[in-house]
Amino acid sequence: MSDAAHTDHTPGLAHHFEDFEQQNESASLGMWAFLITEVMFFGGLFLGYALYRTYYPEAFAAASHELSVGWGAFNTVVLIGSSLTMALAVRAAQLGQPKSIVRYIVYTLLLGIGFLGVKAVEYAAKFEHHLVPGPHFLWGGDAGPEVELFFGFYFCMTGLHALHMLIGMVLMGVVVVRARRGVYTPANHIGVEMLGLYWHFVDLVWIFLFPMLYLIGRHVG
Amino acid sequence: MSSHVEPLRAYLAVFGLLLLGTALTVGIAYVDLGALNTPVALVIAGLKATAVILVFMHVRHQSRLTWLFVAAGFVWFVILVSLTFVDALTRDLPLLEWS
Repeated sequence: MSDAAHTDHTPGLAHHFEDFEQQNESASLGMWAFLITEVMFFGGLFLGYALYRTYYPEAFAAASHELSVGWGAFNTVVLIGSSLTMALAVRAAQLGQPKSIVRYIVYTLLLGIGFLGVKAVEYAAKFEHHLVPGPHFLWGGDAGPEVELFFGFYFCMTGLHALHMLIGMVLMGVVVVRARRGVYTPANHIGVEMLGLYWHFVDLVWIFLFPMLYLIGRHVG
Repeated sequence: MSSHVEPLRAYLAVFGLLLLGTALTVGIAYVDLGALNTPVALVIAGLKATAVILVFMHVRHQSRLTWLFVAAGFVWFVILVSLTFVDALTRDLPLLEWS
């Protein structure tokens, strides 16, 4: 009996799964378990930020006004666009079109690079204006330490987000190579699907980061 | 998960919705809604996130077990935030002072 199971082995299907559907569902559930730990990971930062913003609303609003709404909104659109191209890459995998998988992932990758490029421009401006927490931090107005705290959160949260993007972009390279080799089939393309889940999660984090960091108290200033 | 191929227009509709939501968030940020500015921004972000989770992340076609995992994670986060604020906002102590 076990001999038969081994000789009838379907490529890409692990022995302990009945069929691809079961295998796919297990992978998807596992990925969601991981993403939920990521929600907690970012969640701690969001909570800390929300708490201090409640304590120091004026200082946080003044600090937020140093950020560029234009760049933030532009990057939001770029990242939403990259989520769309990623969704289309997964769809191409479902339909068994490896060339389209590669094309859409390359689009996603380019949009990701665009996002990080804008982020680099924004970070450089913060360094120039002495808004990076640390010995060179300079703030002419009131509540300097509280403003410094805001920028501490800003760099931790957007930095962690950017790190997630970099990891996602490395994974995209791996999936592109595998797609070109014809590894993914309509029945079995877990790699593309999981990469998609991860990338959409990165988009989700930014959907909350943008209004929370960039758009506080804009109506008064 | 491979059994459900979303029609192209579903993805484009979500994309359009996300762009609209972004424009709305930016626009509303410049309107004085008093204490409501932040809640409104968070509600819009929440709706955008829901659209991404259900359609882009295929959760709407997933098993109930996956739904349970996803919901559990976000419910837990809401507990984390709400109980912390219940504590922080009801203390009769001066807020943290920098010395």
